[in-house]
Amino acid sequence: MAGTAEAQKQIAEVTGDYKYGFVTDIDMDMAPKGLSEEVIRFISAKKEEPEWMLEWRLKAYAMWLKMEEPDWAKVSFPKIDYQDAYYFAAPKKKDGPKSLDEVDPELLATYEKLGIPIREQEVLAGVQGSAKVAVDAVFDSVSVATTFREELKKAGVIFMSISEAIREYPDMVKKYLASVVPVRDNYFAALNCAVFTDGTFVYVPKGVRCPMELSTYFRINAENTGQFERTLIVADEGSYVSYLEGCTAPMRDENQLHAAVVELVALDDAEIKYSTVQNWYPGDKNGKGGIYNFVTKRALCKGKNSKVSWTQVETGSAVTWKYPSCVLAGEGSVGEFYSVAVTNNYQQADTGTKMIHMAPNTRSTIISKGISAGKSQNTYRGLVKVLSGAENVRNYTQCDSLLVSSECGAHTVPYIEVKNPTAQIEHEATTSKISEDQLFYCRARGLGEEEAVAMIVNGFCKEVMQHLPMEFAVEAQKLLGISLEGSVG
Amino acid sequence: MLKINDLHISVGDKEIVKGLSLEIKPGETHAIMGLNGAGKSTLAATIAGRDDYDVTSGSIEFEGKDLLELEPHERVGEGLFLGFQYPVEIPGVSNLNFLRTALNSIRKYRGLDEMSAAEFMKLVREKAKALNMDPEMLKRFVNVGFSGGEKKRNEMVQMAVLDPKLAILDETDSGLDIDALKTVAEGINAQRRDDTAILLITHYQRLLSYVQPDVVHVMIDGRIVKSGGKELALELEEKGYADVA
Ligand SMILES: Nc1ncnc2c1ncn2[C@@H]1O[C@H](COP(=O)(O)OP(=O)(O)OP(=O)(O)O)[C@@H](O)[C@H]1O
Ligand SMILES: [Mg+2]
Repeated sequence: MAGTAEAQKQIAEVTGDYKYGFVTDIDMDMAPKGLSEEVIRFISAKKEEPEWMLEWRLKAYAMWLKMEEPDWAKVSFPKIDYQDAYYFAAPKKKDGPKSLDEVDPELLATYEKLGIPIREQEVLAGVQGSAKVAVDAVFDSVSVATTFREELKKAGVIFMSISEAIREYPDMVKKYLASVVPVRDNYFAALNCAVFTDGTFVYVPKGVRCPMELSTYFRINAENTGQFERTLIVADEGSYVSYLEGCTAPMRDENQLHAAVVELVALDDAEIKYSTVQNWYPGDKNGKGGIYNFVTKRALCKGKNSKVSWTQVETGSAVTWKYPSCVLAGEGSVGEFYSVAVTNNYQQADTGTKMIHMAPNTRSTIISKGISAGKSQNTYRGLVKVLSGAENVRNYTQCDSLLVSSECGAHTVPYIEVKNPTAQIEHEATTSKISEDQLFYCRARGLGEEEAVAMIVNGFCKEVMQHLPMEFAVEAQKLLGISLEGSVG
Repeated sequence: MLKINDLHISVGDKEIVKGLSLEIKPGETHAIMGLNGAGKSTLAATIAGRDDYDVTSGSIEFEGKDLLELEPHERVGEGLFLGFQYPVEIPGVSNLNFLRTALNSIRKYRGLDEMSAAEFMKLVREKAKALNMDPEMLKRFVNVGFSGGEKKRNEMVQMAVLDPKLAILDETDSGLDIDALKTVAEGINAQRRDDTAILLITHYQRLLSYVQPDVVHVMIDGRIVKSGGKELALELEEKGYADVA
């Protein structure tokens, strides 16, 4: 009996006692509190945006005002007061750092504290011959350090902040922005359109295999600053790109809204691999504080035989509401979703995916692993939709839930809508409690209780973790409280 | 090395071990034989620290330390090993990863540095080879899809790598073919040293002809009813428990 109680206590280790609770002191340049046309004009002006962008934002804002906050997800949280937050906070500009030496040492110290892998710290520190991971550090809404841009440029890859892209590649941005997630798609997406402050733009030209993994670290830093990142990735015909996104946030007391929008576009024969490790502050043991993560992530497999893979490891946030999806519009295109979601204490996660099969011979795979502990609620919500014109569609879905306590909840809500009889849809789901026999076996081999749980959980998540790029898998395993693996596994 | 005094163990309100005493000295090999349900596995699991079992009275000392005060992994750190009657499957965790984590946890407990990956691989390959285990099995998930005999052999590889002071082997001989039994017996004999001890739990005399015990105990209904030399096992095999005990 103590076994489970201990195990429960220890999954606290898996998800934190949050280790990254610190606030970096960098002077802010803030917009006035609250949300209004004035604030949007302020943001647009701060970002030195062209007029069309301001117009676009104002239209989105007008739309948002008429929309209502959704309430269908299996999560509950106090009403958000949108007037009680700041919508723009940027580190003070100091003539724009030309080299990493000019990067605020406090920021580098922040990376240190975040335990960003040495390889990437080296990259940030500009060490000769260090690994090729391009880090576009989105620090409190504004990119402060962008590395490897030159090498990427040689390959023709554009990797820059979305604000820069709006100025430098307006035609491309106009063409693709909101082409996958329309402004009016949902309440949070519309809000994002109105107030997004930064984010990333990636374009990989025809036939180019992006020479490195692209990586962005998000970090919420200012008190009471909502985060509205905007990511747009376009993979042109026959290209390939792997994009990594990860984040941690400082400890704080007040809930913070994060409503990012991520849009991916894959043209003919292109492939995009998008990996996320999400470790935002989940709130304390009593459910106080924590980040609200209401993000809209969607990929459009526009071209024939294009492919998009979403891989996510979600351990953070107080409330997560997130469904990375694929619209399979190109014939023979492939969508994949691999997810690990860990919830503990009073965390709530409602996550899953949508696979929309619009074209013939499209395929999708969904592997979801939910681990719930404490008093948390962990819901998988997934939609597989096959349109009538889509012949020979295949989908395989597997949802496994692991319960670590007796007070937590795991829910699986699959929606399947098939309008074409040739579709082959397979769905498997399991729910199990962490096994006392497994725990004891591990402990009888010298593993402490925490290590034992971490090991079993890691094994349970194996099928997902193996889809993460190597450098990320290590971090993800750390997040799951696991020390080795990789070197001998 | 191991001193058990008047031990009583219950599950819920059912008493399973009812006043058992046992002493094992360094260099000795003991065997416990007994009817199904006598409480042999309960005893073994309790020594290893399984917490579904309540020790209602009595004591277990290991090298002078009160074992009941220690967590299971601390007992392992002190030098205890339990070979399971039913080894457990851990999907998604490779045998190698499992074993390396175990070894390094023990080393950490003992204040030693982690073993390097290269050194570890060398050690495991050597032990696996000695026990005739296909190296490919090291890469597979712990016990998943292993045959009964393969699981037992895997337990022995673990024992060999972790090199315990006291190994309690709960029916490690059950389910082994004749060749495997010999290999496993060799593995056990290799573990017998002046500074180590072995406690075998078995139903069969056959193992004991390869691994000759110093003492054989007969356990019935939660008690040791008779102890003797290795000839006691032969006598049991001939006459059965009813006549001997
Ligand atoms: N967790 C448990 N809950 C209830 N009863 C238990 C539990 N564990 C053991 N028992 C009971 O305790 C008794 C002793 O079981 P144990 O497994 O120790 O026997 P054993 O001597 O190892 O038998 P075998 O030779 O068949 O392996 C049995 O009657 C068994 O059903
Ligand atoms: Mg038994």
